Amino acid sequence: MPDATGLELIAADVRERFGDEAVVSTLYFRERASLEIAPHTVHEVLSYLKTDADETFPHLMSCHGCDYFPEEPRLCVHYELLSMERVERLNVKTRMGVENASVATVTDLFPTADYQEREVYDMFGVVFDGHPDPRRILMPEDYVGHPQRRDFPMGGEEVLFTFNEDKVPRWYD
Amino acid sequence: MEVIRGGDLRVNQLRARQMLRGELEGEDLEQYVEERVGLTTLEQAQNWARANALFPLTFGLACCAIEMISVVGSPRVDASRFGAEVFRASPRQADMIILSGRVSIKMAPILRRIYDQMLEPKWVIAMGACASSAGMFNNYALVQGADKFMPVDVYVPGCPPRPEALMYGIIKLQNKIKGDPTMGWRQRYDAKGTEEIA
Repeated sequence: MPDATGLELIAADVRERFGDEAVVSTLYFRERASLEIAPHTVHEVLSYLKTDADETFPHLMSCHGCDYFPEEPRLCVHYELLSMERVERLNVKTRMGVENASVATVTDLFPTADYQEREVYDMFGVVFDGHPDPRRILMPEDYVGHPQRRDFPMGGEEVLFTFNEDKVPRWYD
Repeated sequence: MEVIRGGDLRVNQLRARQMLRGELEGEDLEQYVEERVGLTTLEQAQNWARANALFPLTFGLACCAIEMISVVGSPRVDASRFGAEVFRASPRQADMIILSGRVSIKMAPILRRIYDQMLEPKWVIAMGACASSAGMFNNYALVQGADKFMPVDVYVPGCPPRPEALMYGIIKLQNKIKGDPTMGWRQRYDAKGTEEIA
């Protein structure tokens, strides 16, 4: 892990190259460094961190989504970067609202992001611009909605117990 | 000619020989025939044969499949004792399917297709809580009970059921088959247009 100072150095580096608005915030919590960046700079910043930075992070360990409802902006995409040489991890994240949920794909930088971005799209509805195969991956292709969003109904059926058996509608009625 | 009576094997052999030589006559002949002929209807004989020659499909969905395999593969609970052990690898050769595990909504059309490809008459065992009612997975991803899209004949409870429980379910199914093999599933599920045409 980069420590708190190292994280600030990385953030300063990114600010210097891509402008002040590129870095939204930094967070160092429980020995875990998080760098939050603006959605439109994702591809540039990750490309920079992968190859051009002073201390590079060549591996993408995971790309996953998150829904922070009711906070705004709600949706978030995390990129967990790793440097195997220095054994350092950096969490890069970007947050966006539901109505403009789109971010540039990083499949050209990290091939492993292909399926993971498809899963984020499937579960959270974040559109990855330029993705080579932007289909759903887990749910059926004709499925409507993005089930891991917090405002998506749980689905399933109410379970019959003795206390609610007279209220729950049954399929055979 | 003295007629030999008794239940001994050697005695029976001798009587059979007398019968073949035409030496049995009258009451003795009638008794011989009564002892050896059983009467049944063709339907009952057919159902009896069907019940004791089940061909399950090699098909596993989730963790219950491991228990299902132990019903077939282990000498402790040996399904072949009851005529249901030859798992066929193709739905065209099978007439029974064990839904062993959770059925996701993406899997449901595939499962229904496999079911439609199976030989008729065909039977389904929903094994475990997930296949019967989605169990603890009360969410968007799973079909809430496999009987939403295909007819199920026997439900085996448990999470997972012990092999003995599945064996009991298979025997229950055999008893049902001996009664009425189709159990009217075409009417119950309005299954038109899925008939196999030879």
